Amino acid sequence: MSIIIKVTDVTTMFEDKMVHDRISLSINKGEIYGLLGPSGCGKTTLLREMVMLQKYNSGCIEILGNNLNYIQYEKAQKLRREWGVLFQAGALFSSLNIAQNIALPLKEYTDLSDKMISEIVKFKINLVGLKSRDALLYPSQISGGMKKKAALARALSMDPKLLFLDEPTSGLDPISARDFDNLILRLRSLLGLSIVIVSHDLKSIYDTLDRVAIIDNKKIVYEGTLDNIASANSHFIKTFFK
Amino acid sequence: MERSLLKITHSNDEITLIFSGELSLYEISKFQKQVDALDLDKIKNVTLDLNQLSFLDTAASIFINNFQKFLAFKKIDTQLICDKEEIQASLELVKNQKSDALPHAKQKNIIEIIGKETHAKYLGFLSFIAFLGLLFSTKIFYLKSVKNIRFREIAFEINESAIKALGIVALTSFLIGLVVAYQSAYQLKIYGANIFIVDMLGLSILRELAPLMTAVVIAGRSGSAFTAQIGAMKITEELDAMRTMGFDPYMFLVIPRIIALMVAMPILIFVADVSAVIGGMIIANLDLGITPELFLDRFNTVIDVKHFFVGITKGPFFAFLIASIGVYRGLMVQNDTQSIGFNTTKSVVEAIFAVIICDAIFSIAFTNLGI
Ligand SMILES: Nc1ncnc2c1ncn2[C@@H]1O[C@H](COP(=O)(O)OP(=O)(O)O)[C@@H](O)[C@H]1O
Ligand SMILES: [Mg+2]
Repeated sequence: MSIIIKVTDVTTMFEDKMVHDRISLSINKGEIYGLLGPSGCGKTTLLREMVMLQKYNSGCIEILGNNLNYIQYEKAQKLRREWGVLFQAGALFSSLNIAQNIALPLKEYTDLSDKMISEIVKFKINLVGLKSRDALLYPSQISGGMKKKAALARALSMDPKLLFLDEPTSGLDPISARDFDNLILRLRSLLGLSIVIVSHDLKSIYDTLDRVAIIDNKKIVYEGTLDNIASANSHFIKTFFK
Repeated sequence: MERSLLKITHSNDEITLIFSGELSLYEISKFQKQVDALDLDKIKNVTLDLNQLSFLDTAASIFINNFQKFLAFKKIDTQLICDKEEIQASLELVKNQKSDALPHAKQKNIIEIIGKETHAKYLGFLSFIAFLGLLFSTKIFYLKSVKNIRFREIAFEINESAIKALGIVALTSFLIGLVVAYQSAYQLKIYGANIFIVDMLGLSILRELAPLMTAVVIAGRSGSAFTAQIGAMKITEELDAMRTMGFDPYMFLVIPRIIALMVAMPILIFVADVSAVIGGMIIANLDLGITPELFLDRFNTVIDVKHFFVGITKGPFFAFLIASIGVYRGLMVQNDTQSIGFNTTKSVVEAIFAVIICDAIFSIAFTNLGI
């Protein structure tokens, strides 16, 4: 199995507050990998560092063979087209409707005809479980669950190899949350994605994740499958996976 | 809600406090006063009778608990009479809850405040310079190739922030022309120098008033809109989403806005020129009896076209300042809603200030160049 993300000795500071203390982990191709840990332990921060939204103080992150410390502008732009990111609140562009949100990367980065783009948009909208008739709604007109689905459709619009999801099921009702889990599993098998998920949802953790890294008190306290998780020695793990 | 009562009985060296009713946070301060008024000097024994209470909330439990601690500190024996389980549970909850002391917000002295503020201002200035540097160094290169220029966004912004502002710019300048003419007409009449109103208005409007008024209106209208739009996008993580998709916000949001305003500002100033002169012409006609024909004739002979160009030239510079400050302030918005209001106010104030500084520099430069 090949490694697609490798984090080595990453340290992150906000002013003088340390969030990550030399953490390392690696994510394999085709895996659904979870970043877990108590609130405020720096899961979102690590995710943001992986997608080049934020700098870390030391260490290195390698994604799809690119070392983010030395990556050049053109390479970085190319890399950005190979992943999709789903933000906690969706972050759909509020001035565009769902269809336009999904079409935007296609319009900017490809020379597809408008007809083809609208075919792709229709396919992606239905793939994530939205209805075609929702396509013309604006982000302010749809519910939280629909926003997450629409944002997922946008993240998938360029057929990325790699998907980053920040708390995809938080704020969803249990039924939508299970639907979302099934969707993630289905997408992985349909599209062969590798997926990195930040999650707090125990059910979805057990249902979807292949391997996890648990961050607690600035360190990785456990990395591996969920089967051996009880062997780890951490207060968070003992209480969370009791 | 049942009121709570405190009955206090003294006997020799003993005090009995009998609480009754519903003891809640509304009653505590009243009881605190009563308790504080007690003379505990010779007292050896205090009995707290809570049996008649029907309800005790956590704040009141804290009050009872503190009172017990206080008595213990004074080495007075305390008996607590309490049979009700809920009330015991409430007291236990408070007693067993370990809470760290809340941190004290550090008192700062005036020197420290001034120092910190100055330093923050200095950092703010540096970060604006850094923003300009980023804008010029890495972003201007997009404009090297025609296909990089985002004509659609620019056109959209020209419409939003300039075309839609035409009405208000025209109206404000018209009124300014009216007012200035009206004020000077009175003075000029005294000297019988009526016709010179044309020279006066022509010069002041074309060179100074129209560009400045336009800049002020646009700073208040479009500069603040830039800050609010970009700030809101920052809060909803739309900017981050753009970045992860490889859409550089500078290219999609920043540069189109700056270019749009720089293109549109001279047009707005021209409109302001026209309407202010019309305003002045109306007053000249009504107040000084100068017909529009005479006014325009004189205007043609005494006002050199260079004055018009001086005013128009200022446009792109003012526009650059307003747009870049507006956008910069939008990018400075932090992750809270207060920050949008704060930065919007700042963007308008700073933009107007910057425009006036810039205007002063132009004045000196043009005068020294003999323009
Ligand atoms: N921009 C920032 N400035 C200062 N501190 C931050 C910033 N972003 C996050 N933090 C801090 O970093 C820590 C990790 O945050 P985050 O990654 O959002 O946690 P979570 O694991 O809940 O997603 C938190 O303690 C937070 O206070
Ligand atoms: Mg988070």
